[in-house]
Amino acid sequence: MSQKEYTDISSIAGPLIVVEGVEGVKYEELVEVNVPGEGKPRFGKVLDVSKDRAVVQMFDPTSGMTAAGTRARFRGETLKLGVSVDMLGRVFNGAGQVADGGPELIPEQRRDIAGEPINPYSREFPNDFIQTGISSIDVMNTLVRGQKLPIFSGAGLPHSRLAAQIARQANVKDGGEFAIVFATLGVSFEEAEYFRREFEEAGALERSVLFINTAADPVVERVSTPRMALTTAEYLAFDKGMHVLVILTDLTNYCEALREVSSARKEVPGRRGYPGYLYTDLSTIYERAGRVKGKAGTITQIPILTMPDDDKTHPVPDLTGYITEGQFVISRELYRKGVFPPVDVQGSLSRLWSAGVGEGKTRADHSSLKDQLFASYATGREVRELAVVLGEASLDDTDRAHLKFADAFEREFVGQGEFENRPVEESLNIGWRLLSMLPRTSLKRVKAELVEKYIPSVEVVA
Amino acid sequence: MTKSQETTTTNGDIKAGVILRVTGPLVRASGMSEARLYEVVKISDEKLLGEIIELHGDVAAIQVYEETAGVGPGDVVYRTGRTMSVALAPGLLESIYDGVQRPLQKIEAAAGNCFIKRGIEAEAVDTKKKWKFTPVAKAGDTVIAGDVLGVVQETSLILHKIMVPPEKGGVVVSVQSGEFTVTEEIASLKNSDGNIDSIAMLQYWPIRKARPKQSKIFPTEPLRTGGRSIDTFFPIAKGGAGCIPGPFGAGKTVTQQSIAKYCDAQIIVYIGCGERGNEMTEVLSEFPHLIDPNTGEALMKRTILIANTSNMPVAAREASVYTGITIAEYYRDMGYNVALMADSTSRWAEAMREISGRLEEMPGEEGYPAYLSSRTAEFYERAGIVKTLGSEGRTGSLTVIGAVSPPGGDLSEPVSQATLRVTKTFWSLDSDLAYKKHFPSINWLISYSLYAPNFEKFWKEEVAEDFSEVRKAAMTLLERESKLLEIVRLVGMESLSNNDRLILEVARMVREDFLFQNAFDKDDAYTPLERQYGILKSIITFFEVGQTVVNKPEFVYASFTAIPSFREVPKLKEKLDWKKADYQSFQDTVRAEISALTA
Repeated sequence: MSQKEYTDISSIAGPLIVVEGVEGVKYEELVEVNVPGEGKPRFGKVLDVSKDRAVVQMFDPTSGMTAAGTRARFRGETLKLGVSVDMLGRVFNGAGQVADGGPELIPEQRRDIAGEPINPYSREFPNDFIQTGISSIDVMNTLVRGQKLPIFSGAGLPHSRLAAQIARQANVKDGGEFAIVFATLGVSFEEAEYFRREFEEAGALERSVLFINTAADPVVERVSTPRMALTTAEYLAFDKGMHVLVILTDLTNYCEALREVSSARKEVPGRRGYPGYLYTDLSTIYERAGRVKGKAGTITQIPILTMPDDDKTHPVPDLTGYITEGQFVISRELYRKGVFPPVDVQGSLSRLWSAGVGEGKTRADHSSLKDQLFASYATGREVRELAVVLGEASLDDTDRAHLKFADAFEREFVGQGEFENRPVEESLNIGWRLLSMLPRTSLKRVKAELVEKYIPSVEVVA
Repeated sequence: MTKSQETTTTNGDIKAGVILRVTGPLVRASGMSEARLYEVVKISDEKLLGEIIELHGDVAAIQVYEETAGVGPGDVVYRTGRTMSVALAPGLLESIYDGVQRPLQKIEAAAGNCFIKRGIEAEAVDTKKKWKFTPVAKAGDTVIAGDVLGVVQETSLILHKIMVPPEKGGVVVSVQSGEFTVTEEIASLKNSDGNIDSIAMLQYWPIRKARPKQSKIFPTEPLRTGGRSIDTFFPIAKGGAGCIPGPFGAGKTVTQQSIAKYCDAQIIVYIGCGERGNEMTEVLSEFPHLIDPNTGEALMKRTILIANTSNMPVAAREASVYTGITIAEYYRDMGYNVALMADSTSRWAEAMREISGRLEEMPGEEGYPAYLSSRTAEFYERAGIVKTLGSEGRTGSLTVIGAVSPPGGDLSEPVSQATLRVTKTFWSLDSDLAYKKHFPSINWLISYSLYAPNFEKFWKEEVAEDFSEVRKAAMTLLERESKLLEIVRLVGMESLSNNDRLILEVARMVREDFLFQNAFDKDDAYTPLERQYGILKSIITFFEVGQTVVNKPEFVYASFTAIPSFREVPKLKEKLDWKKADYQSFQDTVRAEISALTA
């Protein structure tokens, strides 16, 4: 390997260093920087290379670095991650190094973490139902295998608990080997620890790979962590045929890291100081989900992000929403009411739901039941607003029934508690039972024969 | 570096320059003094495809259509002598291309797996396949650019006309008949200088240059899409330009796809520009099985897909809209009605912004380059209904519909504003309507169509004498509804007069029973214009007749909503076989029942 070493470092600023007099350096090449008096090298990659100077973005912090005596070695390859099935059950740091005190891994392959775009022609449309055991997801915003569906949350909301519940309960009806790749990006130690324990207690750790980058870890490392996780996921899914669920938390921290690097590079900022290529950058993460022809495995992604000030138009949720196939929105209102999981049923959306439901997947009545629940709940909420303005006295009987329905829907259908794993049939039956509170004439979205079939069959709770 | 250092490689590429600097998709190279602006170059030994976008002395700025990791100063640059062009020949239809016209199917075969490897060279059209060429011109004929030399049945739907390329012409020396590949000579022409030009079916055209035409024609005919809110409320002309801005989840893609599926254009070019991979897969898996209601054939037979998903290289995304529109113009020149969908032009603008930033250009608004609006205008101006080149003067049209993805749904941002200035139909998708699951979520108060006045004659002659009045009546009702609803919110329903309640009732019908349309329901997704009129006219009849009775003292509002025909309204859109007479008899029933209320 032709490796060259240079000592002329002309500037160190933020995460960037400039190396002069270089020759034969390639774009994105991995750089090893040896600071005098330090045993371990620091790493970076080439961001901008001209004839005799290279701008290097450091993954490790630049604090304490000195221009004099520091040697930069260009490794002649891009940043790679060693992957193997032995990664299952292990914990890594955000730079992909073993962090659970266990032995080093012997990689089966070394892969470029940037990955390659999946050829749209080679994709297969996702259409297998994933049962999460959560009614508001399974019935109302169905998740399918190969989908990318983020959780939009806010500060102080229980998105971690929802993600952990999904990870615990998610399964597909036809079995198949299942794995979880989980990465934390700039979260607190407690949050990272919460997930690790959750996986351990649920016995899910041996089928999981964890990448932990906490708020205390270098900011720039955060830019590589999700790519390490996805490189691992691609290996497990497309080489080893597993169904991989990737959970990334919290993408807002990731975008902030990206903004920090961009500003250090003195790039022209886009909205709110985020770089103009934020959309493209996010897409190279989210689009690494899917199903492809001729491969048994799939990658399903649940990225989590917190919306600053619950603002959906903030660049991070906004650009995410344009790439992902829908979103689960966590409702502060429901959370305050004590409903768990507080999924905002109306604000959430799964673009691929129709591919995952129906006869043979869930049940034939699923689609029309869902439409009816949506419509009735929407009416119920409108009535609730009206009641606030005009008083409950102004409501007629139908309105009042809808109001009761909306309350019951939130309490019994959406609210199910953290540890209840509901099979989809049960979720559907609860939906029908709640609809029985409404006059038959307001059930316009479901056919009469379905009403006959399902409403009498379930006991009416007084 | 000078020309003496140039060496020609085996496949005709000229080894010219040396890379000086690499920053992402932008590469600068020296030794390029012979190069032309927009010339295609190949970078490094991997032969990554790029295009020259700036020249300063002998240094060229090159945007590279593939990942540049591993490329560095000192690597060679090859010139090809061609400007960025698309291949035009039989075999384009039913293809799926990346942004620079490489067939994704061939990339898959060459890569051997599901990922897009870089440096893959793939021919845009199959050069081995033989097509049956039937001559139209004869030896001795004098032909000019645009004249048809012969025809090829490209798919069961489309007769591909092989035309004399622009800037060519002369006397036909020979013309062949039989089976040929696209690169074989099918005719030869003697031009005015006395030289012989050999013509093959395969021709090239630079993507950034509009294909020439004789003249543009004023559009007077609407594109029929089968979408009720589009065709009746906010129609677009054949040869018009329209835009669909909307926040995510409002249904831009579904609307675009519905138009692509059902509109009465003969050729569809669908550009997935920086969008989701799974969406392109959906189109790919769905279109071959969907039947075009206008021809009864599979939709794919008239469709060309350009897919540059969001994670594919950003420079190729910039090129993809030009690749698409050039192919569309080529079919327009044959005399077809072509519709082009670009989803989403915001991603195209973002690609421009990214390249501009790397070129260190002075940014305009929100970091977008100052030329954003001129490029946008140039693109939409390539739409139009035209008299094509050639002595027969065919008429062809190119309708362009661009989706715009404004950040946060805020239309004041530069891409939406640049687009609104040059498009004449504006379908504003509304997140509130989408939240209420009203689809298509086209906001009836904000959207507009500046083409509508052009269609008065068409509507009168082709649909109904009073089409325009019915349309205006419905739109007025919706406007009055929005004002009344504000009053209701303040003081409640009780304060409204019977006349106002009638307005609210009929406006609700217009919304729920006419505008609401389920794109996923095979029968509901497409409503012919005649039936659209029938439904809307029936609804408006409630208002017209209702008005004559509501103010009478004996009128009881509850009895109005109890008449049998009132309950029939939601079912009107399900009556697929209703003809003019059926609607008329329904309207007569409505009249009779309402009049009876106060008789």
